[in-house]
Amino acid sequence: MKTAIDESEQLTAAESVSVALRPARPDAHVTIRGLSKAFTGKPLYSDFNLDLPRGKIVSIFGPNGCGKSSLMNMIAGLLKPDAGEILFDGKSLRDTRIGYVFQNYRDALFPWITAWDNIAYPLRRARMKDEEVKARVAELAALFEIRFDLQRYPYELSGGQMQTVCIMRALATRPEVMFLDEPFSALDFEMTLFIRDKLQEAQAATGVTMVIVSHDLEDAVFLADRILLLTRRPTRIAEIVPFELPRPRSAESTADPEFVRVKAHTLEVFRREMNAP
Amino acid sequence: MKAMDARRFLPVVGPLLLLAFWQLALSAQWIKPMLLPPPGETLRFLVGEFASGAILPDLQATVMRTLSAFAIAVVIGVPLGVALGSSEGAYRSVEFLVDFFRSTPSSALIPLFMLIFGITDINKIAISSFGAMLIVLFNSAYGVMHAKKTRLMAAQIMGVSRWHQFKDVMLMESLAQTFVGLRSAVSMALVIVIVAEMFIGSETGLGHRIIDAQQVFNVKSMYCSILVTGALGYLLNLGFLLIEKKLIHWSGKA
Repeated sequence: MKTAIDESEQLTAAESVSVALRPARPDAHVTIRGLSKAFTGKPLYSDFNLDLPRGKIVSIFGPNGCGKSSLMNMIAGLLKPDAGEILFDGKSLRDTRIGYVFQNYRDALFPWITAWDNIAYPLRRARMKDEEVKARVAELAALFEIRFDLQRYPYELSGGQMQTVCIMRALATRPEVMFLDEPFSALDFEMTLFIRDKLQEAQAATGVTMVIVSHDLEDAVFLADRILLLTRRPTRIAEIVPFELPRPRSAESTADPEFVRVKAHTLEVFRREMNAP
Repeated sequence: MKAMDARRFLPVVGPLLLLAFWQLALSAQWIKPMLLPPPGETLRFLVGEFASGAILPDLQATVMRTLSAFAIAVVIGVPLGVALGSSEGAYRSVEFLVDFFRSTPSSALIPLFMLIFGITDINKIAISSFGAMLIVLFNSAYGVMHAKKTRLMAAQIMGVSRWHQFKDVMLMESLAQTFVGLRSAVSMALVIVIVAEMFIGSETGLGHRIIDAQQVFNVKSMYCSILVTGALGYLLNLGFLLIEKKLIHWSGKA
């Protein structure tokens, strides 16, 4: 318990308004300062501060309506904050390559081009040469051990295959930060296990910083190096729980005492926040 | 296998039943042969018209007018619809006008168009393209407006330019709905061309042929022209359906 709280103090800038006076920790990749967002007059976030560590997987978890996805979408630039600053290594989003995996893979892929062309699309639009595009897609296909035909159209693939293509497309440009919005919620258990494995491998291979929003506690804990627990709105950080179980974690890891302990602790904090007045 | 083969002939059951009923109505003397010639004779007449080539100039005139009107409708309607659809404010501000004129039967505007264009070929094409254009326009606009937001966000995340977001995603997204519009529009263009050929002093066209035959009580020729008009509409629709299936392969699947 003690370590968890220490960690959270290290990771978050305290309740200071001044950005300049709260320098980021050395291992911080994404720094969020003074973030505010209100919906229909009701504040969701006000003066919210957070550092996301480089090369780690952070899961965002919290009560319904606390704005897990809103937080991620503000970092990814899909939702405009009312106030605040979000920097990636001191750069703005405009100068940063990011990837995003949507919950609804069916609506995220372009059905008018093949799976292969979907993966190649961001590369071509970044003006990469044809041979390099081919090499990069082949590299990703090898990393994900693709055994289905990438020359098929997305609607000809299974749900798990489509989500795999989405992840490959998001990784294609070698993003610095990759966001995943409930990537498993529409998948069956078998595909969830497969994609969990592949995400860990991809993360290990590329060192990309990952942010995952999950509404499933087990998914949230399983992949995470840090579990960011949020309170009910107006949303603050309840706790940042570190989870240091060595990788690669397999399905059996869910029986590991450390996993059980962290999950139980996370659940306890979640319950406390859910029932908070 | 046998059952499969039998199923292939199901689509001809309807037409055969209609011909049988047609013949029955005459044999039972429900309708006078003066008003409705026997189906066999009508079809023989139809074959004769094509063999002698007598109907071809009129058929050609109608096809040309319909396709010209349709082409104008597409050239104006698609870009305008896409432009309006990509700005919701712009579409909302003209939505009433589009819906109003779309609900107004274009044939009601024929006298108005006669005042502007006179009794010319251009008039027929103008009124027909006007009616068809409204259908193309609002379908294209809806296609763009109802584009899946997730795909647009995906392109945005990749950092592609606004122009490419529009061209690669919005436009492609709208194509399925646009094609629905094109198919209804070509049918509408044909309807208005036929009406215009009947009532705007015309020397050619299937509409002209139908009304002429009716005036001189040449019922065989009248039914023959009606059948040809129907077949033309059917084939135009079928053609577009085939193109759509080939081009918009993802339609209804994603």
